[in-house]
Amino acid sequence: MGGGLLTALIFLPLLGALFILMQSEERAIWNSAFIFSLIPLALSFYLLIAFDPHRADYQFVEQYPWIPAFGISYHLGVDGISLFLVLLTTILISLSLLYSGGGDIEERAREFCFFILVLETGLLGTLLAVDLFLFYMFWEVMLIPMYFLIGIWGHGERIYAAIKFVLFTMVGSLLMLVAILYLVFAAREHFGRLSFDLPLLYEVPLTVTEARWLFAAFALAFAIKVPMWPVHTWLPDAHTNAPTAGSVILAGVMLKMGTYGFLRFAIPLFPDVAIEAIPLFMTLAVIGIIYGALVAMMQPDLKRLIAYSSVSHLGFVMLGIFALNPQGIEGAIYQMLNHGISTGGLFLLVGMLYMRRHTREISEFGGLWHRVPVYAAIFMLVMLSSIGLPGLNGFVGEFLIMLGGFLRLRLAVVIAVVGVILEALYMLWTYERVMFGPIVNAINEKLADLTTREIAVMVPVIALMFFMGLYPRPLISRMEPSVNLMLARVHIAQARLDQKSDRRRLATADRHVPMTDHVSQIAAAAR
Amino acid sequence: MTPFNVTAINIVWLPILPMIVIAIAAMVVLLAGVRINEEDSEGLGWLTLAALFVAFILTLGIVGQSGVAFAGAISIDSFAAYFELAILIAAMFTVLMSLDYAGEHHIPGAEYYSLLLFSVLGMMLMATAGDLIIIFLGLETMSLSVYVLAGIARRDPKSNEAAIKYFLLGAFSTGFLLYGIALVYGATGTIKLGPIHTVLASGAMGSNRMLLLGIGMLLIGFAFKVAAVPFHMWTPDVYEGAPTPITAFMAVGVKLAAFAGFLRVFLVDLTPMTGEWSSVLWVVAALTMTGGNLMAIAQTNIKRMLAYSSIAHAGYLLVGMTAGAGAGGAILYYLVAYAFTNLGAFAVVIALERLGVPSNKISDYRGLGTRHPLLAGAMAVFLLSLTGVPPMAGFVGKFYLFYAALHQGYVGLVIIAVLNSVISTYYYFSVLVAMYMQEGGVEVSRLSARPALVAAIGLAAIATVVIGAYPQPYIGIASNAFHSASGAEGIHAASLEP
Repeated sequence: MGGGLLTALIFLPLLGALFILMQSEERAIWNSAFIFSLIPLALSFYLLIAFDPHRADYQFVEQYPWIPAFGISYHLGVDGISLFLVLLTTILISLSLLYSGGGDIEERAREFCFFILVLETGLLGTLLAVDLFLFYMFWEVMLIPMYFLIGIWGHGERIYAAIKFVLFTMVGSLLMLVAILYLVFAAREHFGRLSFDLPLLYEVPLTVTEARWLFAAFALAFAIKVPMWPVHTWLPDAHTNAPTAGSVILAGVMLKMGTYGFLRFAIPLFPDVAIEAIPLFMTLAVIGIIYGALVAMMQPDLKRLIAYSSVSHLGFVMLGIFALNPQGIEGAIYQMLNHGISTGGLFLLVGMLYMRRHTREISEFGGLWHRVPVYAAIFMLVMLSSIGLPGLNGFVGEFLIMLGGFLRLRLAVVIAVVGVILEALYMLWTYERVMFGPIVNAINEKLADLTTREIAVMVPVIALMFFMGLYPRPLISRMEPSVNLMLARVHIAQARLDQKSDRRRLATADRHVPMTDHVSQIAAAAR
Repeated sequence: MTPFNVTAINIVWLPILPMIVIAIAAMVVLLAGVRINEEDSEGLGWLTLAALFVAFILTLGIVGQSGVAFAGAISIDSFAAYFELAILIAAMFTVLMSLDYAGEHHIPGAEYYSLLLFSVLGMMLMATAGDLIIIFLGLETMSLSVYVLAGIARRDPKSNEAAIKYFLLGAFSTGFLLYGIALVYGATGTIKLGPIHTVLASGAMGSNRMLLLGIGMLLIGFAFKVAAVPFHMWTPDVYEGAPTPITAFMAVGVKLAAFAGFLRVFLVDLTPMTGEWSSVLWVVAALTMTGGNLMAIAQTNIKRMLAYSSIAHAGYLLVGMTAGAGAGGAILYYLVAYAFTNLGAFAVVIALERLGVPSNKISDYRGLGTRHPLLAGAMAVFLLSLTGVPPMAGFVGKFYLFYAALHQGYVGLVIIAVLNSVISTYYYFSVLVAMYMQEGGVEVSRLSARPALVAAIGLAAIATVVIGAYPQPYIGIASNAFHSASGAEGIHAASLEP
């Protein structure tokens, strides 16, 4: 039993949010919000230390009946797949609050901190829920604070972007709700009891048609969240118009809920269909990689550029997941963390620039290297991590994904590599246009370099980039048992499918003989 | 039929005691009004509230009892008690909202509160009816009172228009209902609900044309009252024109009572004929959801928007009705979740109505989030609950309803319903946009001087969150209440097993 550690982790931010509502002095609001985000951060590090790296199943489990009339329980647990995403969430929330308190958010600080902390509750709950109803509830809960963050503190077309984000997500998630209910009834038919408990639902036998439809509903909900091409169109709008902290959390954590959903729900619940769908998802992933990179290259707006690079990066993650082998999936999880850190870092850096100049147009800049060397150096590091330079974190994830993908479908990796090259191209080109050359815009002469607070925000990001780039072993080893457990379900399904296709091959062979006879008879008659 | 004896009389009067209290209170209020200045109606309001509260306590005494009274004309069961309690709560909220409103808008207090009580009486009769005549009697008592209430702001032409529209269309629908009752009586030879069920269940009727026509007429009559598409035309105009507390009362109380009658007739007593009417209801449900939601998008007046939203919610409830008796508990839960949410939303609308010039534009809500964070926060809770976002009551309501409908195999209808939920997000969130993401709007007048209204908003918000976050007890109450009326074996009996 977990002794309530996970409950504390999920609900302390909510408590903090309510506490902040009672505050009125702005400095006190920022300070208490930051402190309230440090508590779950500390708890998540304790979780990391206390986590048993050799166990594959859920740890720190808590389970109480919640709505027994529907077989719904309050069931939490953490395993190797969710552990590091929890850490990523707590780290990025703290950094976002630390950054936003430095002048990025000028009005309604109280509501801002409230929504950020409620969002943290939603995100952690989604990652830690082991009951499908509980998962769905947190999944919906995290939507609302993000909607407000974009709509209230965003820029430009913020209201359009916010409602588009909500509507896209809602379509997917409500259809997923129907699928969840269908699955639960199928389980009731088989086990004779009503339950939303994930481990039980893994064992539900389904017909091929049922499984395909249910997988489609789950996959649609998660694919919108990831977002995969072609349902990615909400992402550039949401990112471009969101406040910096919103973009950091959206890109850093929220998109991972989609990929996490594939790993935790869509694939292990319907492994047979997932195997069938490998070519489809690998194709979509590769299209996303290339498309995202090409569109990013053409963006005049720094934030939109990073948004499209996310489409490309998340394409890699999907490629790794649908390799359905340990290398691919571990690489995918690793890349989820990398993307959170480096893209989160890039959004923070662009936010710092925007705060000073109130523009993100690449053409407005140039030659910044001379004026803000510290900023330029940090930007370089984070960018290189995003490109996947060996020695930094991005390389490890991409390498593992390529390895896994290569074992599964070589062609996909061959094309995806082009995406890596394109990414290096547009990132370095952007860097050149922003940082190098002479200062063409006179306003940039007066640009101030990073403040202590901003450096304090970036230091943990850089430290994580180096640590994860140089010493991935402790992370991978903690993921491994859980990933293997999940893949065991896929292997069983694979064996089942092989058996079936052997049988079908025999069957078609039988039919094949008279068919040729028939054809030859016709041919003979014609002659 | 048990013959009346002395001991039986003691038992028999108890179930209608709350109604007697309401009826006496209605007359007392009317008489007291003669001696009170028209503008000074707050005392009458408190008297009404007290009467409703006494009736509420007395109704609690009926919970758990079962049987019939008055030769089968009155059903005594938890189903009736459930609806009576919900109706009384809705009426109490309405009174809380009216205390200041009536004075401010020059509404004659005595007539207002006594008509309110009479309509509550009609609603309670509908909830507890044991035969079709009592249903009709209750419906008429309720409707006639509400027709007048809709037009009680005599100097407001919109209110007059609302009353006359509501009256004409309502009278028309009552005609359908009465015709339906006559035909069903003609076909089955009885107007008592239990015996009708027995006759139909015996299969002797087959598909008798008179019976089918009667059921069709009943369906139309109820569809009018619950504002189902295509019988919804009156709703937006009436909701917009009526004084806002009365709009809230119509959206919640009338709907509760109409569904009480609808459920008792169709999901309990006409169940043997389910095959005949459920396919019609399938289409009506789909039309009602889609029509209500699509038309709500275009509204700029919040009362009209909430009117179309109430049509859409009637559509979701009809999804449950289509699914049959298995969804009974879900419908009961949904109705209560919907009641608290809507009462709260209308209370916020009242808080925002400017003195004299109620514009009720959605643009009035601009900037409310910064100027009145608590009021805006409560409205956000209601809007999120109407959208069906966890952990609000509206989410569990929808979940329970879709769950029950899916269990009966209505996958297509549930998919239509969830897509409709997505559409509804758009217009509910447009109010959130106005409140939190735009500047401007109107000043709210004297909120601190209206403790009753603030109490109504606060209580509704708390109820919306509490029955959403911890729904287990309410789900149990709702499904037990439904089964006390039907005794049918639904999913709940099984799923409630630990």
